[in-house]
Amino acid sequence: MEIVKLFNAMPGAVAQGMIWGLMAIGLYITYRILEVSDLTVDGSIATGGAVAAMLIINGWDVWAALLAAFVVGMLAGLVTGLFHTFCGIPAILSGILTQLALYSVNLRIMGNKANVALSVNKYGLLVTSRNSRVLGLQNPIVILVLFTAALILVLYWFFGTELGCSLRATGANRAMARAQGINTSTNTVLGLMLSNGIVALSGALLAQFQGFADVGMGRGAIVIGLAAVIIGEVVFGKIFRNFGLKLLAVALGAILYYLVIQVVLWLGLNTNDLKLLTALVVAVFLATPHWRAKYFSKKKGGA
Amino acid sequence: MLKINHIAKTFNPGTITEKTALVDVQLHLLPGDFTTVIGGNGAGKSTMLNAVAGVFPVDKGTIEIGGVDVTNLPEFKRAQYLGRVFQDPMTGTAATMNIEENMALAMRRGQHRGLKWGISNMEREMYREQLRKLDLGLEDRMASKVGLLSGGQRQALTLLMATLRTPKLLLLDEHTAALDPKTAAKVLELSDKIIREQKLTALMITHNMQDAIDYGNRLIMMHEGRVVVDVAGEEKKKLTRADLMGLFEKAAGQQLNSDKLLLS
Repeated sequence: MEIVKLFNAMPGAVAQGMIWGLMAIGLYITYRILEVSDLTVDGSIATGGAVAAMLIINGWDVWAALLAAFVVGMLAGLVTGLFHTFCGIPAILSGILTQLALYSVNLRIMGNKANVALSVNKYGLLVTSRNSRVLGLQNPIVILVLFTAALILVLYWFFGTELGCSLRATGANRAMARAQGINTSTNTVLGLMLSNGIVALSGALLAQFQGFADVGMGRGAIVIGLAAVIIGEVVFGKIFRNFGLKLLAVALGAILYYLVIQVVLWLGLNTNDLKLLTALVVAVFLATPHWRAKYFSKKKGGA
Repeated sequence: MLKINHIAKTFNPGTITEKTALVDVQLHLLPGDFTTVIGGNGAGKSTMLNAVAGVFPVDKGTIEIGGVDVTNLPEFKRAQYLGRVFQDPMTGTAATMNIEENMALAMRRGQHRGLKWGISNMEREMYREQLRKLDLGLEDRMASKVGLLSGGQRQALTLLMATLRTPKLLLLDEHTAALDPKTAAKVLELSDKIIREQKLTALMITHNMQDAIDYGNRLIMMHEGRVVVDVAGEEKKKLTRADLMGLFEKAAGQQLNSDKLLLS
C-alpha cells in the first residue's frame, strides 16, 4: 500500500472522472430535468465509442468522428423516445429495449468484433491515458476541462431559451406543460436525443482515452452516471443553486467518484467487486430521501 | 364561443371498470358567458371540462371553440385557445421553476418556442405589474420557486397565467375546492374580477351551490352525464337554492340529496 502508487494513479482517475462527468451531465438531462429514467445510456456510450473508433481507424478526423458519435447517439435517443411516446412503452422499458438492440448494432459497427484497438501510436487522438501525467497541453485533463466548460455553457444557454424552458416545464409538470401549449411528447424525445448524444460523445472520448472501444464498455454506465449526479448533489447541492453550477456539480461528482474508487482499490478492494460496491452505494443514496421522509420526517405543512 | 355538440365519453369500454361519464352533452356558450357548473359526484362536470381541454378524445360529437373545430386537436394544440385552472394547486404551475419562468411559459402559450432567450427584461416588468394587482406580495418574489408558494398563492398565479394571453375560453375546474374558506373566497373574487375586466367566456365548476348562484350570468347543472338544468340572465339572478333543488328534481325525476351535491 504505497502512497506513491495512489498519487501516481490520481491524474488518470481525474481524467477518467471527467469523461464520465460529461456522460453524467447527459444523464442529468433525462434523470433530473425530464424526470425520465433512461437506460439507453448503457448502450449509447458504447455506440459512441464504437463509432468514433471505427471512423478514426478509417482515417476520419478526430473532431469529425466525435461529431458523428454525437449524431449517432442522438439517433439512439430518438429510438428510445419513439418507443416511449409513439408506441406508449414505459420509459424505463423503452431504454432497456434500445440498449439491448444497441448491443447488436455496436457489434455490427465494430465489424462483428467485441472490441477494437485504437492506439495513440497510430492515430491522432484527442485524449489518451498515456498523457495523464504529462505536464502540458497534451494532458487529457486540459482538453477535458475545456470540453466540460463548453458543454456546460451550451446547455446553460439552451435551457434558458424558450425551447429549453419548455423542456424543463415538461419534466417539472407534464399536465401544466400541455395546458401551456407545450408538446410534451416531442420534448421528451428531444431531451432523450440530446442526452444520448452527449453520452455517446463521452463514449467517443472514453474509447480514445483507454485506447480501445469495447462492446461492454457501457455496462452499468447508468449507475456510474447516477452516482456522479447524486454525489454532486450531496456535496455541492447546498452551495450550487444556479443551473450551470448544478451541471458543474455533476461533473465534479464524477471526478470524486473516480477518486474514491481509486482509493478503495488502493486499499485492496478486488476490482471485480467494484460494480457491487457502486450499486450498493448508489442504492443507499437513492433510498435516503425515502427513509428520511418515512422515519425522520417532522410534520411540515405542505403547500 | 364554445359549442359542445352531443358529446359522449365512456372510459375503459368493454372492461370491468367501464364507466360512462358523458352520455350526451349539448352546450353552447355565447361570448362573454360566465357559466357556473354544478352537479353531484360522477355527474360528468370535470369530464366535460377535460373533454373540452382535450385531455382525452371523445367517443361521439364535436367541440368548437371560437368557431374552430377542435375535436381532433391534441391537448397541447387546444391550449392556444384555452386558459385552465385546476382543482389541485400543484397541477397548474411548475414547482421547480420560479414565478417569472412560469409566467414566461404561459405568455408563450400557442406561440412558437424557439432558441430566443426564454424571458426578456421587458416581460419581467409587465409580470411585476400583473403580480402587483394580485396584492399577494408576489411581485417581490419573482425569482422564487413556485413550489415555495402556498396553495392559494399558486392558484392565484395559475389564474393570472391562464389569462395572461387572453383565452377564448377560461376553464376553472373546482379551482377553489382545495383552499381554506377565506383563501377560496379571495381566489373566487379574483376570478370574477379578471373575467369581468377581460370580458372572458368562462366555464367554472364549483361544489358550492351558493357560489354557483352568486357568480356568473348562467348556471348549468349536470346529472349522470347530461346537462339537466340551464338557467341564464334574469332568471338566474333571482335563483335561490330552493329553486335550484326544485329544478333538479323536475329534471332528474328524483329527490335531490343536497349533501351529496355539496360534498362532491
